[in-house]
Amino acid sequence: MSRTIGAIALAAVLLPATLIPARAASDADFKTAYAAADAAEKQAGALRNQWTTTEAALAAARKAAEAGDFDQAVAQAREAEALAKASIFQATSEKEAWKALEIK
Amino acid sequence: MRACALFSSVLTALGFAVFVATALPPARAADAPDPAADAKAFRDYFVKKFPKVKLDDFVNGPYSMNEDMRKQWEEKEQFPPYEFALEAGKEMFATPFKNGKSYADCFANGGIGVRQNYPMFDEKEGKVVTLELALNRCREANGEKPYSYVKDEMASLTAYMAFTSRGKPFDIKIPADPRALEAYQEGKRYFYTRRGQLNFSCATCHVQSPGERIRAETLAPALGILNAMPIYRSEWSGMGTISRRFTTCNSQIRGVPLEPQSDEYRNLEYYLSYVSNGLPISGPGARP
Repeated sequence: MSRTIGAIALAAVLLPATLIPARAASDADFKTAYAAADAAEKQAGALRNQWTTTEAALAAARKAAEAGDFDQAVAQAREAEALAKASIFQATSEKEAWKALEIK
Repeated sequence: MRACALFSSVLTALGFAVFVATALPPARAADAPDPAADAKAFRDYFVKKFPKVKLDDFVNGPYSMNEDMRKQWEEKEQFPPYEFALEAGKEMFATPFKNGKSYADCFANGGIGVRQNYPMFDEKEGKVVTLELALNRCREANGEKPYSYVKDEMASLTAYMAFTSRGKPFDIKIPADPRALEAYQEGKRYFYTRRGQLNFSCATCHVQSPGERIRAETLAPALGILNAMPIYRSEWSGMGTISRRFTTCNSQIRGVPLEPQSDEYRNLEYYLSYVSNGLPISGPGARP
């Protein structure tokens, strides 16, 4: 009985939270997300290992921001940052890993 | 007395050690670059992987490993698609610059039959100089604007120069200069390094998978892959230089291409050409 009451109480607390819409992203959110992605992409550039998909995501982020769609802009910037970080990881690990492919 | 004998023995041992150290060639560290050994291993790998392909035939890329494609190619060679570029290149090569000089003034033997010596290591500059780079430097030294490395004019010029070298074996030299060895090693590193979102290296396609299909394309072996350059590609509906080939490969694996004739590409061309030493120049070529 007390378990059921507890579950109802928990639902009563959580339900309103799901009904409140998430805050829409702002220009400031986009600028923060974009700066992080851009910094990571510059690091990939210094390693001479940028990916076309990172560049495409950065361009899509800028385009969405120009259109005032900051949710999309932030999502694209975060995607770009993740891709840039993956390319940095690739370049770093390949500094030694390339030797495994070498014909000997 | 005893101490004296001991001292004498130590001196003898030291003398022997010095003699051995100077008389024997220096031991090579396990990781030290050895281009000659690399080239042999490279060639052996492909010969073993494709025992039916004659060594010189590797320069014909996918046609060396696919009978149907070969037949189509042989028929196309009756009226080769690079013929217009070849004619244009011949005319461009013979046309003097505004100052009255010409390409012939920039190259050994007037630029005829020298393709097999490029890329070469320029000890003054301390870097690799490719044929495409040498052509543009020639233009600039004579007051002309450089050509795009990926467009038709450069492809036409190199097509003509390759044609005058047809049948001559690649003869790439690595001079006794540590910078040359480093350039070679950097080229090798680039060749085997995975890059792009698809995580491919040059070797993924051209060492591990030649003869296999990647979508509609049959992959060429890395051995002799530059001997046929520049090439007419049906996919491009036109001619392409080595620069175009490298940048396109990078884009296809979702990597941002480097600038044409960057140090990386120059070193890559140096490595790939060196390991194909002895195989004949067959350019200009045609590919699907």
